[in-house]
Amino acid sequence: MTRADEIARSRRASAPVESDAEGGSGFKLLEPPRRFLSRARRSGPLRFLFGGGEAAESRPPQTTPAKLPGELTRALRGVELPAMPHLTEGDSLKARSPGGGRGGRWFAFRWRKRRVSSGGEPAWLLPFVLCAVLLLSVLPLARLTGAGFSGLVEGQAARLIFEPATFAALRNTLVTATGGMVVSLLLGSLFAFAMALTDIRGKLILSFAFMLPMMIPPQVTALAWVEMSGPASPLLKPLGLAPPLGSPQPLYSLSGIALLLGVQHAPLVFLALKAGLAASPRDGIEAARLSGAGPFRVFRDIVLPLAFPGLIAGGAIAFVSGIGNFGIPAILGIPAGIETLPTLIFSRLASFGAATFGEIALISTLIAAISAAGLIVQQRALQGRDYRLIGHSGARAAFALGRLRIALEALLWLALALVLVAPLLALIASSLVPAYGVPLNFKTVSLSAYGEILFRQSITLTALKNSAFLASAAALGLLVVTVPAAYLLTRRKGALANLIAILIEVPYALPGIVLAVAFILTFAAPLPVVGVSLYGTIWIILVAYFSSFLAVSLKPVMSAFLQMDPSLEEAARLAGAGFFRRMRDVLLPLIAPAAGASIILVLLIAANELTVSALLWSAGTQTLGVAIFNLDDSGSSDLASALSVLVVVLVIALMAALEFFAKYLPEGVLPWRN
Amino acid sequence: MAQLILNHLTKDFGGGRPAVADVSLALRKQAFLALLGPSGCGKTTVLRMIAGFEQPTDGSISYGERRLSDAERALPPEKRNMAMVFQSYALWPHMTVAENVGYPLKVRGISGAAWQKLVGEALSLVKLTELAERRPAALSGGQRQRVALARCLVTQPDVVLLDEPLANLDQHLRKSMEETFRAFHERSGATMVYVTHDQAEAMALATDVAVMSEGRLLQVAPPAEIYARPEGRVVGGLIGRGSILRLPVAESGQRQLGWPVLREALGSRDAIGATGGLPADVPLTDVLVRPEYVHRGTDGLLMRVMSCVFEGERFALDLALGDGQRLKAFSSVAIAEGQAVPFVIASGWRL
Repeated sequence: MTRADEIARSRRASAPVESDAEGGSGFKLLEPPRRFLSRARRSGPLRFLFGGGEAAESRPPQTTPAKLPGELTRALRGVELPAMPHLTEGDSLKARSPGGGRGGRWFAFRWRKRRVSSGGEPAWLLPFVLCAVLLLSVLPLARLTGAGFSGLVEGQAARLIFEPATFAALRNTLVTATGGMVVSLLLGSLFAFAMALTDIRGKLILSFAFMLPMMIPPQVTALAWVEMSGPASPLLKPLGLAPPLGSPQPLYSLSGIALLLGVQHAPLVFLALKAGLAASPRDGIEAARLSGAGPFRVFRDIVLPLAFPGLIAGGAIAFVSGIGNFGIPAILGIPAGIETLPTLIFSRLASFGAATFGEIALISTLIAAISAAGLIVQQRALQGRDYRLIGHSGARAAFALGRLRIALEALLWLALALVLVAPLLALIASSLVPAYGVPLNFKTVSLSAYGEILFRQSITLTALKNSAFLASAAALGLLVVTVPAAYLLTRRKGALANLIAILIEVPYALPGIVLAVAFILTFAAPLPVVGVSLYGTIWIILVAYFSSFLAVSLKPVMSAFLQMDPSLEEAARLAGAGFFRRMRDVLLPLIAPAAGASIILVLLIAANELTVSALLWSAGTQTLGVAIFNLDDSGSSDLASALSVLVVVLVIALMAALEFFAKYLPEGVLPWRN
Repeated sequence: MAQLILNHLTKDFGGGRPAVADVSLALRKQAFLALLGPSGCGKTTVLRMIAGFEQPTDGSISYGERRLSDAERALPPEKRNMAMVFQSYALWPHMTVAENVGYPLKVRGISGAAWQKLVGEALSLVKLTELAERRPAALSGGQRQRVALARCLVTQPDVVLLDEPLANLDQHLRKSMEETFRAFHERSGATMVYVTHDQAEAMALATDVAVMSEGRLLQVAPPAEIYARPEGRVVGGLIGRGSILRLPVAESGQRQLGWPVLREALGSRDAIGATGGLPADVPLTDVLVRPEYVHRGTDGLLMRVMSCVFEGERFALDLALGDGQRLKAFSSVAIAEGQAVPFVIASGWRL
């Protein structure tokens, strides 16, 4: 029995006879028993050559060496591996000497408190991510809360709350957001149920088209609808359906704003519902039908309960997005004198006064509070909803519709035609007319508006340049933060990781207008050390984008890390690769497609962004969104339309690029895919 | 001469029972240890602690005189000169087979002709030379397994860890991979630790088998010994397919029990079963009976055949003793179910 020569604890000797010679201190000692140490002799170099005599000698006699295939007995000779640098004496963790003494043991005990993480992350990683999150999320929000609070306490801005204008704006905001939510719920659930539960054809293209309104910037949506429905509508006029000239634009109203908010945010309801319906698997529904329930019963008893939390969550998020939306009420509301809270902030900032900072801080805090309430409702609805276990089969539920299928398909395409195709056609049409009110036909069609914005107007060119710079800088720069953050968050569990994840989410979840105000308040004063103010430069917009799109950039990278087999990294560690080495050789190549998706998603959203830049821009730093808004505001609707068409083309191109990437991407990165 | 030493190793993930409790083992150089146990017994955690992916909450791991891990400090895996075959093989999908195999060399700064030579030799050892430029996705399961193995042997690791490496392969491939592992072990001279829940695999490959259950190490012994002389009910039940009988056997130094002793014990038990009540002086003990020691004999006791299943090379019998205890046996001929036939238990092992 020379082989497993020391079985310190067999069954017979299992009672822990740990020496309590330390005076019964009760601490479990870390010193190994002496007999181990006495045997752990120094045995020369740790590395041994294949087939070395030492090895042969130590082989116990009773094992008969197996017959080896010829080529396996051939040793790898000729090339001697260099000793690993870590095998030098000084670097190795030596077994502690047995005569440690009391003090040493105490030391050892105290050491246990700060245990070194064996997760392999370098020490700077956590501080780096924490600093980034503090700078981009905590600092501006804390500043906003502070300013809002002091504005309230000092009373200078407090009277604002009791102004009728504020009340009216609050009422308008709530009314339009609620109306928008209802429209979103109707549209979104129609599409989600049809997509998830029925056997209609062309699901991918339908869902791609349905997601478009969310990706198209709101001011472009508003502009397109205004062009479609106004007295000069190039679509309605030939049909004789246009309102008479001089009559008010029907969309310049509360219900118009609500309708467009609904269209804009219907994809959010769609996404939330679809996630819930993915949990109602085909076999669950088939089991219900075998139990004797008809399709309607199944829908009522199985599908609706599963979908209900998604419905609530989707409604809540549509409501919050409606509260914070700036582009739609700005285009539709300002001409009609309808103020919402976001446009109120905008106009207060335009008429800059002594109490402005306090006022906008207060209004922003109000928006943030309403949004927070909505987000809490959403979180509650999604809490405890974990039906994943039922979803084993993975197959989606499908009701065969039979003859009804063609009817449903017609309904969906008609809805898309109304909310998406018609406004976009109107937008294109009005970009092609030479001047406002001129009827569109083959004689009048002209590309002069495009020539104007692309080659002659310096304002639009600057805007294009600024947006391109801001979007690409945000998309690429964010990866520097989000790749380490995603690595950290997938490897660390616990309260700190949760806190970081929440802090990353918050700036994205809050309406952009709140974030913009927070950044104005944070950076209005000159920076502490360098004494330069970011306010009025393009950098403040960039920093705000960093904060706002942190969550957008993080998500694809995070899901790539989560879906990666952890043993891929572990294998690299055992191969001897340190952190940067395995990042470069193993991890980064594997997450590259997701990082690409993250870049395109941020590009997509940042290039069209209006709300944040509308508050932060100044002469020379206007973005595409601001340029469209300003062109429309100054009455150049043909130029605004042409620029909008370009933006829509850009959006579709970027989405198509993502679609092209889809098969290399982790699941769930592209919202319009299942 | 012990090389890899686990000293009172404990890992507590903070959920009640520790995942690994007080495991002590010393492996000499060139040992091939199979860690055997049901899933969830902590064997993979032990392996991951040896590799350095987990840090023990108590106890320590040393290699020779080098302390690898204890509760305060841990040498990171990248500095341990170990290699591991993962259950998922963990091949990097963006590298070719040759790049996968040669990566540990690349990290050590070997390139050019030396790199080519070592990678080529490693690949030829696992017979994958022609596939060197393929991507892992284009390989079959057995081929991926061999790439993972080649990656382990390209450097000269002190310790090679194998985490259920054959779990995802079919029966035929397993046999040939077992052969490869054995040859690899002979050739490399590395200490190998092999985690498995398949005892046939463990028996066939290892020089030592360690049985774990619920985080504790129950027994370590060479395969033949652990089969013949298991310690305790759990090991006896896990290793082989023996039956454990509760019999009144008088305590004596002898643990190997012959038929006369067993016959007496079985007989008295039958008698007691008939009259009811147990004799106070002879306590019941667990006796392990291997099916290959149960055969028909005229001087045997009558046992009822409860089932008789043809297994290919022989019939497996399920026998019922007079008091209802069950016993497994083999037979070369079929025996009708329900029949009472005299059987002899040639040998038993008191646990």
